Amino acid sequence: MAEFFAMGGYAAYVWPAYAVTALVLVGLLVTTLRGLRSHEATLKALEGSRPPRRRSRREAAGPGAAAEMGEG
Amino acid sequence: MHRFANPARFLRIAAVILPWSAGLTVVLLVLGLYLSLFGSPPDYQQGETVRIMYIHVPAAWMSLFVYTNMAVAAAVGLVWKHPLADLFAKAAAPIGAGFTFVCLVTGSLWGAPMWGTWWVWDARLTSVLILFFLYLGYMALVNAFDDPERGIKAGNVLLLVGIVNVPIIKFSVDWWNTLHQPSSVIKMGGPSIAGPMLWPLLVMAMAFTAYFVTVVLLRVKSEIVARKVQTLRLNEARG
Repeated sequence: MAEFFAMGGYAAYVWPAYAVTALVLVGLLVTTLRGLRSHEATLKALEGSRPPRRRSRREAAGPGAAAEMGEG
Repeated sequence: MHRFANPARFLRIAAVILPWSAGLTVVLLVLGLYLSLFGSPPDYQQGETVRIMYIHVPAAWMSLFVYTNMAVAAAVGLVWKHPLADLFAKAAAPIGAGFTFVCLVTGSLWGAPMWGTWWVWDARLTSVLILFFLYLGYMALVNAFDDPERGIKAGNVLLLVGIVNVPIIKFSVDWWNTLHQPSSVIKMGGPSIAGPMLWPLLVMAMAFTAYFVTVVLLRVKSEIVARKVQTLRLNEARG
């Protein structure tokens, strides 16, 4: 076990390499998921506070409808 | 317009792919790490530091792969004005930057004990550092504009200009006299690396690719939701 962790004397180089990789990959994933959850929560709040969709979309749409990328 | 242009369809397809790519990422990472740390021998010259290679090389491959994908997306975005192409480029950038960073850092950690230096301004290392700056520059440029569409367009141009760096990186070890070693896997005549070392390398590369697919799909989804939020806010502001 100790031999494995010692990595032939190169532990100071090998383990930080794996650690940095883990940090970057996990960190990116966590940041991505948090951003996604946050945006979805905002969307839900915004859609919830709007009046029923069909009527208000047709009335308020106009130039806004072109900006929308389509139904989700 | 290509059928994937419709974000609703994209979201449905992404919802199908995501659990598989995520699962594949986990399985391949576990297998790759096992092979890298336990299932492969130490090098006769480099000892256990060769295990850094199983991260360094796949990360380097990913840094080039992601950038190339982004450049293709940029071309599609500029020529066909495909909105998903633009979102893909923006979403992929941090992932590519992350892999490039990992490549540079693990390279230094490998270089210090084995080649006697943390850094050298040879053609390979310098051009990869430039690739890293290109990723960061792209991310800064896209976010610098008030109008997101202009930012995306500027970013697309930068991506296309920077694509010349990719073949430079690949052939740098052939064209110049570099401290970095020549190619041993992707070259004419096939890989010259030993079998027990090639397998962990390939599995880790596939693991990183599956990771990229997973995270980029999540990030594109996030961008789509963010744009919906912005559109809703604009509509509300218009009354």
